[in-house]
Amino acid sequence: MTITATEDTAERLARLQQHIEDLLREAKDRGASAAEASVGSSAGLEVSVRLGEVETVEHTRDNGLGITVYFGHHKGSASTTDLSPASLRDTVAAACTIAAQTQEDPCAHLADAALMARTIPDLDLYHPWPLGVDEAIRIAADCEDAARAYDARIVNSEGASLSTHMGLQVYGNSHGFIGGYPSTRHGLSCAVVGEDGDAMQRDYWWTSARCAADLDPARGVGERAAERTVARLGARQIDTRKAPVLFRAEVAAGLLRSLVSAISGGSLYRRSSFLLDHLNETIFPDFVRIHEQPLLPRGLASAPFDGDGVATWSKDLVSEGVLRTYLLDAYSGCRLKLPTTGNAGGVRNLSIDMGELDRAGMLALMGTGLFVTELMGHGVNAVTGDYSRGAAGFWVEHGEIQFPVEEITIAGNLKEMFAGLVAVGNDCDFPGSTRTGSWLIGEMTIAGE
Amino acid sequence: MNDPITIARDSILAPAGLTEHDLDRLLGLLAGSALDAADIYFQNSRLQSWVLEDGIIKDGNFSIEQGVGIRAISGEKTGFAYSDEITFPALAQAAEAARAIAGAGQHAQVRIANQAAVHRLYEPINPLVSLPDADQVALLKRVDAEARRMDSRVTKVSASVVAVQDIVMVLADDGTLAADVRPLVRLNVSVIAEANGRREQGGSGGGARADLGWLLLEDRALGFAREAVRLALTNLEAEPAPAGTMTVVLGAGWPGILLHEAIGHGLEGDFNRKETSAFAGRVGERVAAPGVTVVDDGTLAGRRGSLNMDDEGTPSQNTVLIEDGILRGYMQDKLNARLMGVRSTGNGRRESYAHLPMPRMTNTYMLAGTRDPQEIIASVDKGLYAVNFGGGQVDITSGKFVFSTSEAYLIEGGKIGRPVKGATLIGNGPDVLTRVSMIGNDLALDAGVGTCGKEGQSVPVGVGQPTMRIDSLTVGGTTA
Repeated sequence: MTITATEDTAERLARLQQHIEDLLREAKDRGASAAEASVGSSAGLEVSVRLGEVETVEHTRDNGLGITVYFGHHKGSASTTDLSPASLRDTVAAACTIAAQTQEDPCAHLADAALMARTIPDLDLYHPWPLGVDEAIRIAADCEDAARAYDARIVNSEGASLSTHMGLQVYGNSHGFIGGYPSTRHGLSCAVVGEDGDAMQRDYWWTSARCAADLDPARGVGERAAERTVARLGARQIDTRKAPVLFRAEVAAGLLRSLVSAISGGSLYRRSSFLLDHLNETIFPDFVRIHEQPLLPRGLASAPFDGDGVATWSKDLVSEGVLRTYLLDAYSGCRLKLPTTGNAGGVRNLSIDMGELDRAGMLALMGTGLFVTELMGHGVNAVTGDYSRGAAGFWVEHGEIQFPVEEITIAGNLKEMFAGLVAVGNDCDFPGSTRTGSWLIGEMTIAGE
Repeated sequence: MNDPITIARDSILAPAGLTEHDLDRLLGLLAGSALDAADIYFQNSRLQSWVLEDGIIKDGNFSIEQGVGIRAISGEKTGFAYSDEITFPALAQAAEAARAIAGAGQHAQVRIANQAAVHRLYEPINPLVSLPDADQVALLKRVDAEARRMDSRVTKVSASVVAVQDIVMVLADDGTLAADVRPLVRLNVSVIAEANGRREQGGSGGGARADLGWLLLEDRALGFAREAVRLALTNLEAEPAPAGTMTVVLGAGWPGILLHEAIGHGLEGDFNRKETSAFAGRVGERVAAPGVTVVDDGTLAGRRGSLNMDDEGTPSQNTVLIEDGILRGYMQDKLNARLMGVRSTGNGRRESYAHLPMPRMTNTYMLAGTRDPQEIIASVDKGLYAVNFGGGQVDITSGKFVFSTSEAYLIEGGKIGRPVKGATLIGNGPDVLTRVSMIGNDLALDAGVGTCGKEGQSVPVGVGQPTMRIDSLTVGGTTA
């Protein structure tokens, strides 16, 4: 069996658009003053191989629709996985029933009609992979083989998985806006277990892309998973101390996600952000520029319009260390008395300007300190910025890795960590929509023995 | 109409026009000589929620998720396909896709038989209609008013109420035909308090497998509001937490998240069959101090983590994981139990029809000891008393786990002292419980808000424990 569209993509898009039109008409017929709806349909294949044998073959096929109706400034929402005509009518009715109980909220309305995307640029997001199950299994097996062959200390495996998905998403609202587009996403990941004496360690690696040709080679993904696993063997605790901390690029991306959360409209109007009232204030050193590119061709988070139908655009979130914009949708913008920034549904393809130094240069710049390669748990307080998380990584002296470290925590406050950012490396070496190198933070508290 | 199988037939099969004969045919198409096991999982899930913010009922949502997941197993191989279209041709196509895992084989005849329900831990009700919409909305307004009445430093209140009805039906090639109708309700309150230039959050909530009337009993809903305010005000006074290894006293109830992370996940059958768990091959060994007994118990009446049957149709049970400090066993689903030569413990759970089952916890807790909680605190000269937590996480292979405090105090000279800011606690699962030196007589279960994530699948769970003293645990504060 292969994953190919059974009907033309354009026809399927047209059918989903028809659903949207039916939903909006039904809402109007029931007396709604405005409405918005989205419909999605996706299909995919996921295979996993463990210890050289097939473990799972999953065929995925998901449908869903959601509608929000407005009666003046009262709103109600409903959703379903059933796209039959009867279900569409029932879902609209359910949303109207909800709206009868909600209260007047002056900000409960669609985004301004003038902001709707006028054109839907082709962002090159659709590259179906006509992949057979046997071929998928072979790629995953190659990936895992490379990991297991990498080092004699790789003694076990959680396996390798290959996935390919194609989806169609359509959004429309009663301004007359309707837009939809197809997209694909393919990925390969591998996790293996190493052993040294009594202790086991696990690590993983992955690749992800809109187009199969852009995926990293399977064997390379496996070798990287094994390399990371072996490097952790022999890890130990260190004493409690204060020290500089270098966040490896992929964990530094988590710090950017904390920034995004803190400057998102929902956190701000709920007063649940440590960056409340920081618009146009300096929050980073002056070399920092953080940029969003929603229209990036083949970008993993690209979208021509946001969840309100508003056209998206590129912008600096931070430049010269100053917070230039919040991330707002129509609702949170209204609550904060600011215009939407086209960020309904989140931020899309974030990047920080990278510095001159590679990994070795960043380690040398830190000198003696902790190189964090993994973080655990949810110890980030969004309201205060207080930060305390489980960590694993390497102890570094004079710019050289000494030994792997585990069962420690690192703690500080995000506001101080952002202000105390010393440098950003050019060692961006992980897949995904967020692009950053490693981050060197001046000082944090490390708790251990 | 008070029998789960009848309710499942009427709400899933009848609207789709599927008959008993169709089910026999479908299972016949799926099952075959080359397979070790096969099952079909029908689900119809409804959810309704209301959200209050800034004093008004701002939003509400109603959703229906419905579909069928079809699984075929040969050895360690699983083929899986699902459909949200419940028609015979769609299901037959999914069955063919799933069974391709085993290659060609003879189709088999399967006779399914109604399985008598073993448990009745909750009633097969629809909680969405258990309280009129207007009353649910009014309840949230009372919660909001109570939180604001408590203290003028409260500047924001948000609250939500959620009711879910999950109807599931399982057919398997071993003849299983079983159904469960699972109600689940929950209320959450979150407040922001501000004073002297500081802003802090406090949250509380609770839930059960019951109707929405449960929220009104014992003053629960308003109690959650008062608890959220108390936590936010406590956090306004919190000082930086200490950093380093020290004695930690964990309060009763929700701190049982320690057990869920430190040992629970590591004792799930899949990780032990694959020998990727730090606990693999250790049954019969000491992994905790004498007096420590930990169970996973899906049979508690009305609890959020309880199940009349798991998602493979196996009745839930009370499984001893650690008995008096000795590791006794793992939690199993059918696949891992078969491959390890043991019986399923009724822990085969899945987020929905679109996900594969795997071994998951239900309600995981430590049995009570004999100590007075006051005596436990009095025994500590210098340490941390942690009573509320946010989430946790574990690396089952290295055994390292974390959980983060949301309410904690210093202990100084045997007395509870100043509150400290949230800090992550980190330890090693296979030996943290060997450092338990005192166990309280005050076993409590959590209020019913826990959700566990594993391999991208979320399921409701419960935890619990008595007050307990751990002689050394690493506390991740900022004061080194």
